[in-house]
Amino acid sequence: MARTISYREALNEALAQEMERDESVIVLGEDNAGGAGSPGEDDAWGGVLGVTKGLYHRFPGRVLDTPISESAFVGAAIGAATRGLRPVAELMFIDFMGVCFDQIFNQAAKFRYMFGGKAETPVVIRTMYGAGLRAAAQHSQALYPIFTHIPGLKVVVPSSPYEAKGLMIQSIRDSDPVIFCEHKAMYDTTGDVPEDSYTIPFGEANVVRDGDDVTVVAIGRMVSVAEEAARELSTSGIEVEIIDPRTTSPLDEETILESVENTGRLVVVDEATPRCNLATDISALVAKEAFGSLRAPIEMVTAPHTPVPFSDALEDLYIPDAQRVANAVKSVAGWTR
Amino acid sequence: MTDTLSTAVSHELDENALLEAYRTMRTIRAFEERLHDEFATGEIPGFVHLYAGEEASATGVCAHLDGRDSIASTHRGHGHCIAKGVDVKAMMAEIYGKKTGSCHGKGGSMHIADLSKGMLGANGIVGGGPPLICGTALAAKQRGTGGVGVAFFGDGASNQGTTLESLNLASVWNLPAIFVAENNGYAEATSSSWSVAADNIADRAAGFGMPGVIVDGFDFFAVHEAAGEAVQRAREGGGPTLIEVKFTRYFGHFEGDQQTYRAKEVAEARAKLDCLKRFRARVTETGQVDAARLDAIDTQVADLIDAAVEEAKAAPKPTAADLETDVYVSY
Amino acid sequence: MNDAIRKVVMPKWGLSMTSGKITEWIVAEGEEVSDGDDLAEIDTDKIAGTLESADAGVLRRVVADVNEDVPVGATIALIAPADVPDSEIEEAARLAREELESGAVEEAAGPVTGTVTVDGRSLAYATLGDGAEVVVLVHGYGGDKNSWLFVQEPLADGRTVHALDLPGHGESAKDVGDGSLDTLAGAVLGFLEQRGIERAHLVGHSLGGAVVTAAAVADPARVASLTLVAPAGVGPDVNAEYLRGFAEATSRRELKPHLGALFADPAQVTRQLADDLMKYKRLDGVDKALRTLLGTLLDGDAPALDVVPLLAKAELPVTVVWGSDDAVLPVSNARSLPDPDAVHVVEGAGHMVHMEKPNALVAVVSEKRR
Repeated sequence: MARTISYREALNEALAQEMERDESVIVLGEDNAGGAGSPGEDDAWGGVLGVTKGLYHRFPGRVLDTPISESAFVGAAIGAATRGLRPVAELMFIDFMGVCFDQIFNQAAKFRYMFGGKAETPVVIRTMYGAGLRAAAQHSQALYPIFTHIPGLKVVVPSSPYEAKGLMIQSIRDSDPVIFCEHKAMYDTTGDVPEDSYTIPFGEANVVRDGDDVTVVAIGRMVSVAEEAARELSTSGIEVEIIDPRTTSPLDEETILESVENTGRLVVVDEATPRCNLATDISALVAKEAFGSLRAPIEMVTAPHTPVPFSDALEDLYIPDAQRVANAVKSVAGWTR
Repeated sequence: MTDTLSTAVSHELDENALLEAYRTMRTIRAFEERLHDEFATGEIPGFVHLYAGEEASATGVCAHLDGRDSIASTHRGHGHCIAKGVDVKAMMAEIYGKKTGSCHGKGGSMHIADLSKGMLGANGIVGGGPPLICGTALAAKQRGTGGVGVAFFGDGASNQGTTLESLNLASVWNLPAIFVAENNGYAEATSSSWSVAADNIADRAAGFGMPGVIVDGFDFFAVHEAAGEAVQRAREGGGPTLIEVKFTRYFGHFEGDQQTYRAKEVAEARAKLDCLKRFRARVTETGQVDAARLDAIDTQVADLIDAAVEEAKAAPKPTAADLETDVYVSY
Repeated sequence: MNDAIRKVVMPKWGLSMTSGKITEWIVAEGEEVSDGDDLAEIDTDKIAGTLESADAGVLRRVVADVNEDVPVGATIALIAPADVPDSEIEEAARLAREELESGAVEEAAGPVTGTVTVDGRSLAYATLGDGAEVVVLVHGYGGDKNSWLFVQEPLADGRTVHALDLPGHGESAKDVGDGSLDTLAGAVLGFLEQRGIERAHLVGHSLGGAVVTAAAVADPARVASLTLVAPAGVGPDVNAEYLRGFAEATSRRELKPHLGALFADPAQVTRQLADDLMKYKRLDGVDKALRTLLGTLLDGDAPALDVVPLLAKAELPVTVVWGSDDAVLPVSNARSLPDPDAVHVVEGAGHMVHMEKPNALVAVVSEKRR
């Protein structure tokens, strides 16, 4: 039965249901239980922001705390995936990819191809991304474009509790390495989520809102920002079609192109910095494949080409907001040759 | 904490086991020497790193392993593949970039793998393997298979953070893992006596709370005994071991390496220390194996390598249709 | 307030609806309306539908404007005979407007949901109303209890109306066992037993029509009457392509083209409908359930069910309602019924009669009960 739960609870439920269903699923990461080897509580934290809370006691021996040693435990998750486990490793903040990237992009991503199609590496790497918590430059980036660039990885950026649960279950059951990017400012976002297990297939975009005037493709948390802008724009007569790609790899090109063929106008909203991000990638796709349909230049709403600032005065400027999206939409909607 | 094992005669090995060990070492040697010659003709693409001289390590360790167990390897991975049972002809075809290769020509010398044999691949990243072996050992432990994971790595990788993190994690999680540091004296062109800031790599084991052992890498029996103890300890839940195997590689870092950084140690090693020579002398002197049987193996191996090269050269290359396949299990 | 002044309120279409928006007033102020006339087009975040009038008179005043977000239960218009003085209408409109603006609208009670366990399977249901007379609504293949959202509320006037999720559907367990008609009928009868319902009027749509027929034959004492809406198992024709397409679609893009077969008016196939169906189809076990039930419904391209012999056996009142434009089970199938003349054909309705022309169905069911 669908009930209203948070993004955090949706993820926890997805993990619990898959651990229940398949004993090869294990969870590992820094403080995923919390308190290993300490005199106090065993499940003290359940992950730094509580996503894995409660799993430790429910699934004895299958929630492993790790040393702060990302190369070793992310690599271990990958190695274990080649030998019959389905590990879900938590790379706490996506910014920490820097200390373990080799294991992800040179090992996990390439095994299948390098080994002639004979490897399966069903590992999920959960990681938090995104600005908004005043966590500053090394705990706030939206680095999913870097993973999206790598062949062999699948990259998931869920935009709501419903999406988070279905995409997490799909990620665990998928036999390829998956980078699962959770926006840390969304954990308390609530929405309707079925109690039963369900999967959302990769590479199938969600048309969040129908509209004939402007196509807005938004990634992850930016979907809700685009929705806010769309509500305001609707009152001034501009109907926006919002597309949530759900997975940046594989990318549902068809849904984006179909929409732009109808609207002739595109805005891409991406929290990542602007060089080689999803906004540029999707813009290039549309410019190449739907050039004839375009009736206005493409607009991209992204973070600036800077590290994420600390001060709230600056961070609020850094993150794309509904006003910037609305302005971009108005500019393409009003554009005539 | 660190023991140096003296050359010891293993009493565990019966005649068949000795012959098998000899066949493995001889196959590696013949494979690598032939590649050395073939590479010089220009017919083999890319980079090739040869294992000749180091045969006793892969062979002595893998003699204890079975289908439950997995290994991770290095740039210099042909020997580990052969010792773990990967098909020699498919390996040769792979190195020639042919569709019939172990990896259908998509991996090459630096990525030869056969997961069905528990061989997780030669690895083009120095220090790439140890974290993976923490994972295979974890899988064995979680699933209760009794299996172990073995990470082979070089003296170069012994300085990588991945390796040191893995030693720590394996100890923290008490994993059935064995770390085999193959110290052949040089990381590329850099001497390990300079780059390793400890007297021995094995000395580092103490810092991770695990046993560290140094063995003479030219002595199959020494490797075999040290590995046997480590594997048994791992299978019994006693946790990881670091084994440092010391020897000299016979060829350059890669084929084409002029080796101007080296002294004359190779000729001396080949003459006096060579693992195959020592093995043959030992087992024939003790009367455990008849020399004629070893000679027969030499002939069989030479024939196998001839056939492997011939077939590899004749095999088809992958085609354009193969370019974009095998990236994902599901698209 | 003068009893002759009837309030038109924002309806509650489905459990999650809390407010709606009028997108168009079909009837203008001052125009006469009859019971069942289309009054307004209403849009919610879930569904768009047409509000039909429950009263006759003159639409004296529109209270809620187009595009205004109105809570469920709030007065949106006033209907009264022409002779009610304008001053009374004015006063009633002012009160309604005040109530709307203050946000003090008391939300109409929605259906109460629950579950029972039958043969080890959890079955979900939603109940509205508390009359002594009991009606049980049973949906068709791939549907669920929410498909009755336009008819459950009007039917609940003086009755207890349960909408059931069959095994494999909605929020019920997804295991359908052998998927046979007997298994599904057993679920309906088990529901009645578990709820202590001694006797009920059964209304079944499509596959649900065949299911309630089988239930009536299996336990005649529990069933007061049957209302079959475009029932499966009657007649020689079935749109096998639709059924297979529905079962096999794995994305909204694959599914949506098939959904056109459900309605006479293609505009009824909204993105939301397709999204909701995909949300259902993604649940674990649904794929298997739908494929199993496909075997119950189809034998090659022909119907695998024939409930006509069962209907002939059933000794109870049977009413059949069929949409004139049904593209899944064509209305011509009705010729195979024991009494073909007793069929109520609803003009301009497709397979989903109860969604497209809800009042026609409500009228048939209500008439029979009175």
